[in-house]
Amino acid sequence: MPSFVIAEKCDGCKGGDKTACMYICPNDLMVLDTTAMKAYNQEPDQCWECFSCVKICPTQAIEVRGYSDFVPLGSSIMPMMGTEDVMWTCKFRNGLIKRFKFPIRTTPEGQANGYLNLKGKDLNSGLLSTEEADGYVLPTPKI
Amino acid sequence: MALPNKPLGETKAVKDPAVEEREVDILIVGGGMAACGTAFEIKKWAPDAKVLLCDKAAMERSGAVAQGLSAINTYVGKNSPEDYVKMVRNDLMGLVREDLIFDLGCHVDDSVHLFEEWGLPIWKKSAEGKTLDGKKGLAVGSLKKGAEPVRTGKWQIMINGESYKRIVAEAAKLALGTENIIERCFIVELLLDANKPNQIAGAVGFSVRENKVYIIKCKTMMVACGGAVNIYMPRSVGEGKGRAWYPVWNAGSTYTMCMKVGAELSMMENRFTPARFKDGYGPVGAWFLLFKAKTLNGLGEDFASSDAAKAELQKYAPYGTAAVTPTCLRNHLMLTEMKAGRGPIMMDTVTALATLGKTMSKQELKHLESEAWEDFLDMTCGQANLWCAQDCEPEKKNSEVMPTEPYLLGSHSGCCGLWTSGPDYGWVPAAYKWGDGGKVYNRMTTVVGLFTSGDGVGCSGHKFSSGSHAEGRMAAKEMAKFVRDHADFKPAIKQSSTELVDLVYKPVRTYLDNCNYTTAVDINPNYIKPSGMALRLMKATHEYGAGTATYYQTSSKSLEIVMDLLATMRVDCEKLGAGDLHELMRAWEIYHRIWTVEAHLRHIQFRKETRYPGFYYQADYPGQDDKNWFCFVNSKYDPAKKEWSVFKKDYIKIIP
Repeated sequence: MPSFVIAEKCDGCKGGDKTACMYICPNDLMVLDTTAMKAYNQEPDQCWECFSCVKICPTQAIEVRGYSDFVPLGSSIMPMMGTEDVMWTCKFRNGLIKRFKFPIRTTPEGQANGYLNLKGKDLNSGLLSTEEADGYVLPTPKI
Repeated sequence: MALPNKPLGETKAVKDPAVEEREVDILIVGGGMAACGTAFEIKKWAPDAKVLLCDKAAMERSGAVAQGLSAINTYVGKNSPEDYVKMVRNDLMGLVREDLIFDLGCHVDDSVHLFEEWGLPIWKKSAEGKTLDGKKGLAVGSLKKGAEPVRTGKWQIMINGESYKRIVAEAAKLALGTENIIERCFIVELLLDANKPNQIAGAVGFSVRENKVYIIKCKTMMVACGGAVNIYMPRSVGEGKGRAWYPVWNAGSTYTMCMKVGAELSMMENRFTPARFKDGYGPVGAWFLLFKAKTLNGLGEDFASSDAAKAELQKYAPYGTAAVTPTCLRNHLMLTEMKAGRGPIMMDTVTALATLGKTMSKQELKHLESEAWEDFLDMTCGQANLWCAQDCEPEKKNSEVMPTEPYLLGSHSGCCGLWTSGPDYGWVPAAYKWGDGGKVYNRMTTVVGLFTSGDGVGCSGHKFSSGSHAEGRMAAKEMAKFVRDHADFKPAIKQSSTELVDLVYKPVRTYLDNCNYTTAVDINPNYIKPSGMALRLMKATHEYGAGTATYYQTSSKSLEIVMDLLATMRVDCEKLGAGDLHELMRAWEIYHRIWTVEAHLRHIQFRKETRYPGFYYQADYPGQDDKNWFCFVNSKYDPAKKEWSVFKKDYIKIIP
């Protein structure tokens, strides 16, 4: 189910040194044709259909077409990312449309607690840093 | 018109790349759940150490959780670590490292508690027993404070996990500092120390974004780059090759890089061939556990509950007769039906949803439908599209289930990987503890200073995402200890920078030196493109190595043939050609895959029994032979002599 880029909608991320889709693709598939200033999927048979490029594209220029091996034509699923939810529009081949909204996170993006000030005390114990801070007692197996 | 002798990729490779040399205390190779765990934990214990993380992709969406997950499969909660060991032991047919599993079971919940704090929505049960997802789940408190998760099985908890990896990577990056991370850097070979035998001293890799080779010296290293995918011919061979169940970019790099410096592997014969929704490879766990669906054979029979199935399982007692049937034996029952002509196997979603609907309000039913779709959309989007394309509404139409092509991994329901030390506790057998200078280092491989986690650690499956993260953290602390204890160690690399660049960029040079000889870039007698070599590997494993072509069956003769084919492939890999940086990545990936598969098949060849029916069958040695084979199989590649050895290691039972 390879991703594809709609030519009219892609602006090559306005000439930045890399496009959003290039930045995110876990398999290094999305590349920018620097002459046309359009991105494309360079190896569609290695696309995992993870939708990372679809979700990150600032101009919603990327969609996914089902693998030609086994997916009948005419359907689509399209995510719309929000800060707390993702909205999916699922279009069936027969025209039926289903919409779903799922939560994605409960905290504002960028504010995960990295515990930057937490310093471990006993390097010789078996406790992880946060376990040590919480006073966790390591179980031993009942043998 | 110009001849088409140009690589397709946009970043052309040049003959002489730039070289960047670095020296750090701790090198983390990989960026998935395990590596994120290490990145989060390491500075807490080694605040002054120089740390560097290299990820082949972007951490925000790299590794097996890139797409998200709809459940966390390991959360101990009110269960005991002893019970966790027993579950894993039974699922993996008795042979596991109980020290590693118990140890992991003591720490995994701490990582899950962090995920929730960082913003991962975890489903909770209200006082009335209703499901609360998203932020509503927080209203009844956090897991850490004792709130009840929604369990789908004894060990699984449900989440809204679309952004699971983004959240975990965010914390990892904040904790480590982005200045200590190089993304799009593919480490391809590890380097031993020039002076101290069997000690790790560094690694070499390259950027897939610019023509640059990285040579990195370090005192200690974590290698956690996942398992191996696309090593057997997939059931879909066109565009659908990408629709692997496990992440298609996992190339066996963990196993290959570590074995090539002499690290011992264990249980590489173990593999995983999950039964999933056919073609889309969508998850079935929630259908079995949450929606209580059953699978039917082609005759509409609930074959898994039949007397014949019970009799078949009896042959594999005590594992087959346990309350929860091991994953491989569930596959075995399915394959028995298919081979007898009673396929295909269908998941009866219609009955399951109708049954649940009887006790539910309209609103609750709508939510249930949404949960079924979320299960796919949070982790296997393509399966949702397949249902749309097939006009399949699960309440109206059943879907086919099928075992996939084989995968190698150590964190899911599989247990191949590196042979690592257990923790330094009194209850851990001496044979399972080692280190250096009289000290034990938990999760260290048999190469001094080289650690692994997640899919890398053998003999201890069922860690999944949460356990891999926790294990990465556990190893981080041991690496901090290692650096403290080896303050005077000055890593020295045997090879010169020129030799290392020659090694990494060899496929580029082979390509550039020869590409003008013919008029079509992909057909040239002087090199082979990685795409061609990938298919050659898949064809060989498919036909001889217990792939889907033979219903996962191999034989001693077939193994002999495939070992010959692999030996030739390894020689031909000297002629891999890469014209752009993307193709250079593919060249190194296929090289890693070939070595990993060789280890897998050497182990199958050595173990003269069929320990995992349903995952693979050795036709010359059907059934289990506990008398001779109730032990681990380990192997070691000697980098100096370039020789393999395969041997037995004792299994020691710890938990009664």
